[in-house]
Amino acid sequence: MKKFLKATVAAVAFAAAGSAAQAADLKACFVYVGPVGDFGWTYQHDQGRLAVEEHFGDRVETAYLESVAEGPDAERAIERFAREGCGIIFTTSFGYMNPTIKVAKKFPDVKFEHATGYKTADNVATYNSKFHQGRYIIGQIAAKQSKTGTAGYIASFPIPEVVSGINAFMLGAQSVNPDFKVKVVWVNTWFDPGKEADAAKALIDQGADVISQHTDSTAPLQVAQERGVHGFGQASDMINFAKDAQYTAIIDDWAPYYIHRVEEVLNGTWESHSSWEGLAEGHVVMAPYTNLPEDVVAMAEATEQKIIDGWEPFTGPIIKRDGTVVAEEGVRLDDGAILGMNWYVQGIDDELEQ
Amino acid sequence: MRLELVKRKERSASMAVMSPLVAVGLTALAAAIIFAISGVNPLVGLYEFFIDPLTERWSLEATIAKATPLILIGCGLAVCYLSNNWNIGAEGQFVVGALFGSALPVLFPSFENALTLPLMLIFGAVGGALWALIPAVLKTRFNTNEILTSLMLVYVASLLLDYLVRGPWRDPDGFNFPESRIFSDAATLPDVFGGLMSLATPITIVIAIVLAIVLAKTLKGFEIRVMGESPRAGSFAGFSAKKLTIFSFALAGALAGLAGTMEVSAALNQLLPSISPGYGFTAIIVAFLGRLNPIGIIIAGFVLALSYIGGEGVQSGLGVSNEIASVIQGLLLFFVLACDTLILYRVRLVTRKVSATTGEPSHV
Amino acid sequence: MFEAILLTVITAATPLLIAAIGELVVERSGVLNLGVEGMMIMGAVVGFAVANQTGSGALGVVGAILAGMAMSALFGFLVLFLVANQVATGLALTILGIGLSGMIGEAFIGVPGLKIPELYIPVLSDIPFIGPVFFQQDALVYLSFALVGLVAYGLFRTRMGLVLRAVGDNHGSAHALGFSVIKVRFLAVLFGGACAGLAGAYMSLAYTPQWVENMTAGRGWIALALVVFASWLPFRVIIGAYLFGAVGVLNLHAQAIELDIPSQFLSSLPYLATIVVLVLISANRRLTLVNTPACLGKPFVPDR
Repeated sequence: MKKFLKATVAAVAFAAAGSAAQAADLKACFVYVGPVGDFGWTYQHDQGRLAVEEHFGDRVETAYLESVAEGPDAERAIERFAREGCGIIFTTSFGYMNPTIKVAKKFPDVKFEHATGYKTADNVATYNSKFHQGRYIIGQIAAKQSKTGTAGYIASFPIPEVVSGINAFMLGAQSVNPDFKVKVVWVNTWFDPGKEADAAKALIDQGADVISQHTDSTAPLQVAQERGVHGFGQASDMINFAKDAQYTAIIDDWAPYYIHRVEEVLNGTWESHSSWEGLAEGHVVMAPYTNLPEDVVAMAEATEQKIIDGWEPFTGPIIKRDGTVVAEEGVRLDDGAILGMNWYVQGIDDELEQ
Repeated sequence: MRLELVKRKERSASMAVMSPLVAVGLTALAAAIIFAISGVNPLVGLYEFFIDPLTERWSLEATIAKATPLILIGCGLAVCYLSNNWNIGAEGQFVVGALFGSALPVLFPSFENALTLPLMLIFGAVGGALWALIPAVLKTRFNTNEILTSLMLVYVASLLLDYLVRGPWRDPDGFNFPESRIFSDAATLPDVFGGLMSLATPITIVIAIVLAIVLAKTLKGFEIRVMGESPRAGSFAGFSAKKLTIFSFALAGALAGLAGTMEVSAALNQLLPSISPGYGFTAIIVAFLGRLNPIGIIIAGFVLALSYIGGEGVQSGLGVSNEIASVIQGLLLFFVLACDTLILYRVRLVTRKVSATTGEPSHV
Repeated sequence: MFEAILLTVITAATPLLIAAIGELVVERSGVLNLGVEGMMIMGAVVGFAVANQTGSGALGVVGAILAGMAMSALFGFLVLFLVANQVATGLALTILGIGLSGMIGEAFIGVPGLKIPELYIPVLSDIPFIGPVFFQQDALVYLSFALVGLVAYGLFRTRMGLVLRAVGDNHGSAHALGFSVIKVRFLAVLFGGACAGLAGAYMSLAYTPQWVENMTAGRGWIALALVVFASWLPFRVIIGAYLFGAVGVLNLHAQAIELDIPSQFLSSLPYLATIVVLVLISANRRLTLVNTPACLGKPFVPDR
C-alpha cells in the first residue's frame, strides 16, 4: 500500500511538473450555474471562454466549474480559483453576487467579474447585456407575422430582466399593431424542456401563433416547428432545432467582452466598472433573419440599426398597466428604471406579484 | 452451479470493519477506470479527487463545512431508518426549517440582541419538525406511504421558498432581485477558526455524539432499534410504533430544520430562491454509508463532502465532467450496500453435484 | 381547444404511464425499486444516443429498453442476491443514473434529435375529434395502452401472474410451494427496468426530441407515486397518469387565460394532489389491504 501511495505521489508530482513547465501569462477562470451543455445561458458563456482561449493562445489558460449551486458551493468554487492562481474570475450568475464580493475581499490582487449583479468593489466589476433591445425587435416581428394577433411568452422568473424583456417585446409589438396581445406563462424554471414544451403547446392552443421564450431550452421552438407556428431562439442560435420555425434568435455573445477584459488584465489597465452594453457593441447579436418576408426583414434590420445608432427601446410614451405615465413622449427611461423593472406596460394581460 | 447466501450465526465483526474499506477500494478502482475512459491518468485523477483536498487547510475546512449539514441531517434520518420510518423528504424539512429560522431576521430585522440567534435556531428546528410531522401524521392516522408524501413535500417546500423570496420576503432595497435582506450580525452564526467553518460544525458534532450515546445506552435507543428490527417484539415490550413514527420524524425534521437555519445564517446570510444543493438527498446516502450510526455518519459525511470537493478539483484541474462526482457517489453506495451483505451472510458456491453427494436436497 | 389540450395531456401522461406500469409489476412481486428516475434518465440518454448514431428511432427505443434493464439488473443483483436495503439501493441507482447519463450525454448536447413518427391509423384517424386524439399518436402512446392491457391480463388471468402475485403477497409460502422467489422477482425487476427505459426514450425521442441533462426532471418519482395512487391496479394507473398529466398542463393553461394565482402555487398542485389522493386511498383500509403486496420491500432469503 505504501509503495503504491509513493508511486502515486511520484506520478502526480511528475504530472504537475509537466503542466507547470508551460505556464501561461494569465489564468482566466469561469464559474457557471448550469451545465456547459444547456445550449443556452451557460453554453454561451463557455463559448466566450473558448473564444478567449483561441484569441490568446498559449498566453492565457482557462478553467471552469459548471453546475455550481448558488450559495456556499459558489463561494468555495470562487475561492478555489482564487487560490489556484486565476488572475481573473468570471462568475456568471446573479446568485453569485455575495459570494463573489466575499471572496474578492480576501483576494485583493485577483480581478473578479460578476455577471448581472449590482455590487461592485475595487477588484469586482459587473457586466450584463441589454437583451431587451433584441426583444423589442422580435416583438415587432411577432406583431408583423402573427395572424391571430397574439403571441405567447414563456417566462422563467419574474425578475427585472425578464419583466423588462416582456415589456420591450410588447412595446415593439405595439409599434406595429397597437392592439397586439401577449399571453405570458411563468414556468418557474430556466430549464425544463418538458415543461417548456407543454407551455408552448398551451400557448398555441390558446391562440398564440408566435412563441417567444425567456427560458433556455430549445423545446418551445421544436414545438413551434411541429405545430407549424413560429418562434425565436434564446441565448444561442437555435435554427438547427427549428429550421422552418425560427425567425431569428437573440444571441448572448460574451466573447468580445471576455477578450477585452482579459486583454486589460494582461496590459495592467483593468479597472472596476459596471458594463451594460447591447447591440451596438456586439454583446447582443441577432441571428440571421429567416422564414420572413423581405419587408419584415427590412423593418427588423432598420430597427436594429436605429438601436445601434443609439436609440433606446424604452423611450416614451411608456404607460404602466394602471395608467401611470412612466415616461412622456420622447423621454428615455434611465438605466436604473430598466434594471429594476417590476411593472408591466399597458396591454399585457398578466398580474405581476409586487 | 450458483452462488448462495448463508446467514451467519452472528454478525461478522471482521467483516463489519472490512466492508467499508473494501467498498472504498472497489470505488477507487471503478473511479480509476472512469478516469482512464475520460482520458485522464487514473493515478493523477484519484490523487486529485481523494487526496489533494486533504493536503491544504482551506480545502480541508471547505470539506468539513460541506459535511456539516450532511452529518446533521443524516443523524436525524438514521433514527428514522433505524425505526423503519422511510423519511426521504429531509430536503423539504431543511428548507422549511430555514424559512422558520429566517422569519425573525427577515420580518423583524431590528430585533437584534443576544436572543436573536438562539431563537432562530429554535424556530428552525420547530419548522423542520412541523414539516416532517405532516407525513408522520398521515402515516399514523391514514396509513399513507411516508416515502411518497415526504418526497412530494420537498417540491412544495422549494416552491414555498421560491414564492416567499420572490414575493413577500424580497429585500426591499434589493432592486427587485429575488433575495431576502442580508441578516444582521446578531443573526449570523459566527465563524470558527476564522475560515470557512462556522459554529454549525461544533454544534453538529456535539449533537451527533449525544445521539450516538442515546442510541447505544438509553431505553429510547433500545426502543428505536427493537421497533426497527422486530416491530412485533417491540409491541410486546409495550412500545408504540405510531408514537415512534411521530418521534423519529419530528427529530429528523428538527435536525434538518436546524441544519437549514444554520446554513442560511452562517453560509448564505440571506434567503435565496434555492438554498440547498440537494443536502437532504445526499444526507440519505450519508446515513446509509455511516451505517445509521451517528459516529459512522460523521465519517460518511466527511467522505461524501470530500467527493464534492474532489469532484470540483478534477473538473477545474483536469477538465473532467462534474458528473463524475455523482457517479462515484452512486458507486460508493452500491459497493457499501453490497459489501454490508457479507457482515450478515456468507456467500457460498452451490453446485448440484455437491448437493447430491452430501445428500442435501438441491434448491431449484 | 379541448381536443388540443387533450393532445398535450396525452404526451405529458405517456412517460408517466409507461414507467408506472413497469414499477407496478415490480411492486406486485414484492420489490420496491426507488430507482425509476435513474433508469428512466439512462433510457433517455441511451435511446437518444443510439437513435442519433444509427438514424433509427426504433433502434433507439430498443437501446433505451436495454439500458433500463441493465440498470435494473444491477439493482436486482444487489437487493435480491445480496439482500441489500431496497430503499438505499434504489436511491443509489437514481444518483448513479443521473451522473452516468450526464457523462454519456455530453457528446449529444445541442444535437437535434430524431422524433418517432406519428402513426396515422387509416380511416379512423379521419374521424373528427376522436380521430386526432385516438388514432394519430406515435407508436409509444399505443404501446403504453397495450402494456397496461397486457400487464392487467398477465397479472390476473395467467398462471405467471398468479405466481408473481403469490411471491409478492407471501414469499414464504410461494417458496414452500416450490417457486423460485428470487427468479420471479428478478424478472419483474427487469420488466420494470425495461418500462422505465422505454419511458425515458419517450422523453428524448418523442416528448422533446433532444438530450439535455436531467431531462426527466423528477417524472420517475411521480411514476412511483402513481403506483400507490392506483392502489396497484393496472387500469387505475391510466387514470392516475392522465390526471397527473392534466394537472400539469392545465396549470399552464390557467396562466394563459389569466387566472391570478401565484405560479408557484399552481406548480405545487400536482404534488399536493398526489398527497391528497394518497391519503384518500390509503385511508380506505379495505381498498388498500386487498391490493397492497404484503411483502412489499421485505427482503427474502431462502432458509436452509
